[in-house]
Amino acid sequence: MINGIWLAMIVIGFIFAAVNGRMDEFTAAVFDGAKSGVTVSFGLISVLVFWMGMMRVAEDAGLLRKIARLLGPVVGFLFPDVPKGHPAIGYILSNMSANLLGLGNAATPMGIKAMQELQTLNPDKETATPAMCTLLALNTASITLIPATLIAIRLNYGSAEPAGIVGTTLAATAVATLAAVAADRLFRRLTLLRRPPKPPVIWPKDSARGGPALPHSSMKG
Amino acid sequence: MITFIPLYAFTRKVPVYESFVEGAKDGFGTAIAIIPHLVGMLVAISVFRASGALDFLMGFIAPALQGLGVPPEVLPLGLLRPLTGTGSLAYTTDLIRVHGPDSLIGMIASTIQGSTDTTLYVLTVYFGAVGIRNGRYALKVGLFSDIVGFIAAIAICMLAFG
Repeated sequence: MINGIWLAMIVIGFIFAAVNGRMDEFTAAVFDGAKSGVTVSFGLISVLVFWMGMMRVAEDAGLLRKIARLLGPVVGFLFPDVPKGHPAIGYILSNMSANLLGLGNAATPMGIKAMQELQTLNPDKETATPAMCTLLALNTASITLIPATLIAIRLNYGSAEPAGIVGTTLAATAVATLAAVAADRLFRRLTLLRRPPKPPVIWPKDSARGGPALPHSSMKG
Repeated sequence: MITFIPLYAFTRKVPVYESFVEGAKDGFGTAIAIIPHLVGMLVAISVFRASGALDFLMGFIAPALQGLGVPPEVLPLGLLRPLTGTGSLAYTTDLIRVHGPDSLIGMIASTIQGSTDTTLYVLTVYFGAVGIRNGRYALKVGLFSDIVGFIAAIAICMLAFG
């Protein structure tokens, strides 16, 4: 699916640029995008290096294992195929709590660590496991208690009640998270059902089909 | 957390500094491994936006929303949010500046920005870091939850502040 979306965005972009006579902007956008890709990655270095170092300390101290055991049941429900006490659980939990606190920057390294741990359980290193998909679903919807950045911006523009969005944000993220978990479960079951008759090769056929419902909404993407 | 973790580890006789540096090394490698993925994704997004394709798509959906009483100004946010975190943050900031942070538009924009995530970026970074090429249904689920979050944010704000 990602192949199709990527190709579609570039091809559609090219066609629109040609029709609108924006070829110069098109070329500029290519290098602009490439540049910000590198800039963002480099910006991530400091955060990733620091938090991954911190996480290693927590792991060596046995903190992650402790958290994992404490919150095992919740994670056990969401990630049925991750063995109890596996280091991935500790990282998944740190990732979830950072998201909860609206600490996007701290959440990313922990999410990546969680992915790397889940990868050790993965039989096919190039295909995502259901657990990986669940982790992504939780991250894209992620329940937020304190949208810190937004509160700061609102304060900046003289809001009478900068934190007035805490309740609405919490409610909206709760709905989105429920939807994500439900959709994740549904797809997980569908792929499990589809698996036996058509074994290993799952090619991203969705992109070629281009049906109306989902591929369209993803065109925004 | 920044002081608690090392202190706790110290009481457990962990060589904190060495342990930190060991883990930090991974962070560097991971950041470098992400570069090609991010460059690829951001080029596609940037091209899509600059060509006017995104504007065209928005012109398509805006009238439908207006009929429901939803301020059309917030629509681009729903389209931008899964694509670009900084882009949508910039747009939100602009809406707050123009309409005021406590206006309905300002509240909706703040809620949307706070409650959804940059799905494509998250997907790119997380899968890129471990070399996953076939993401299965992850993108569908992510975009679906974005749509639900977007609609929920608007509905809840209109109920609460409208």
